[in-house]
Amino acid sequence: MLTQIAYALPFLAQGFALTLWVSLLVVVLSLIAGVLLGVGLVYGPAPLRWAVRIFSDTIRGIPILVLMFFVYYGLPAIGLHLPSFWAAVLALTLFKTAQVIEYLRGAVGSIPKGQSEAAMAIGLTFRQRLAYVIFPQAFRRFLPPWINGVTDAVKGSALVSLLGITDLMQAINQVIGRTYEAMPLYILGALIYFAVNYALSLASRRLERRFSFIRE
Amino acid sequence: MGYALNFNLIWRHFDKLWGGLLLSLELAVISIAIGIVIGLVLAVWYVSAGRAVRAAIAAYVEFIRNVPLILLVYLVFYGLPTVVDLAYSAQTSFILTLSVYSGAYLVEVFRSGLEAVPRGQLDAGKAIGLTPWQRLVHVRLPTMLRITLPALSNTFISLFKDTSIASVISVPELTYGAQWINFNTFRIVEVYLVTTAMYLFTGYALLFALRLVERRFRAAR
Repeated sequence: MLTQIAYALPFLAQGFALTLWVSLLVVVLSLIAGVLLGVGLVYGPAPLRWAVRIFSDTIRGIPILVLMFFVYYGLPAIGLHLPSFWAAVLALTLFKTAQVIEYLRGAVGSIPKGQSEAAMAIGLTFRQRLAYVIFPQAFRRFLPPWINGVTDAVKGSALVSLLGITDLMQAINQVIGRTYEAMPLYILGALIYFAVNYALSLASRRLERRFSFIRE
Repeated sequence: MGYALNFNLIWRHFDKLWGGLLLSLELAVISIAIGIVIGLVLAVWYVSAGRAVRAAIAAYVEFIRNVPLILLVYLVFYGLPTVVDLAYSAQTSFILTLSVYSGAYLVEVFRSGLEAVPRGQLDAGKAIGLTPWQRLVHVRLPTMLRITLPALSNTFISLFKDTSIASVISVPELTYGAQWINFNTFRIVEVYLVTTAMYLFTGYALLFALRLVERRFRAAR
């Protein structure tokens, strides 16, 4: 049993690398999209606010799996042919973007209004207010939940296995298909996911504690 | 482009989606019921236990929260029967998984709820001569449940969405029904539009109903 698993380790490592690559892409892309849309939600004109609100509530209201199948099977049907890898990344990014929008809204919303008014009173432009007054303060409210939310991207990435992409989850299933050692391999897989995500949630908690002494 | 929407085939097979939605709700309800029992027992045990028990409960919570649900579903359905002499249907297996999964989230919810019960209430209970068991059942738990009701609602709605993972072991819930129609009729956009609408409508209807219940039972301040 152990020799069989040892034999499969390089293959599992490749799958793990793909899991990390998918997660990294999703986290970076959703951070950019989520912060832009989040600013739109808080400061944008009414039509934009409505559009972002509907986008976020819709995405958060359906299972990621349905979102993923919709993107993966639906886009080719309307003539957009994405490789399955990018369809999966797109679906997970949409899901994660909705989360980032809410983190940003929460963080910016926690900054007292007087800060913005004071910045306006000394003549800062909108961009300067965001860059020098709002964001530096909102950052410590945004960071802990955001880092904790990265675990959702890593966990969500296991769903790409259903689109035939050989991530860690799929690699484990393939090795089980050959060796029939289901239990040890699932436990090994669980421990690998656990190690990554637990490290992230510890980091999040530590940051939260570090920032918690700052009073508004 | 040039995709013409045609919902006829969706309505012809709508029983797959409707039956699936009912099964999704059933899975979520049974799992949260078992999860609440697991969560309550472990949370009450946690706050009164020694170090070793606390560490064990914390390990359970952290393990479940940091592993993808789909892996847990596979582990229980394909893995567990190879080491223990148990045979169960896919549906039972999924309920088992989702119960243990929701239990881990609910331990945390209930534990923080128990800590949020005002000290004075417990002292008052003691002052009127309630036994420790009476203080737990008549003072601590009712107040804790009121405090945790919003978190319970959120957990239930996210469990309802998580039931979609049951489709990977062919439990015929809503996502499975959607895939069946996808593969058998190729009305892909239509079926996922309808499925999305069903998840959204049910989820927000539940949220609305649960918020009403919460308002009724809101903890007195």
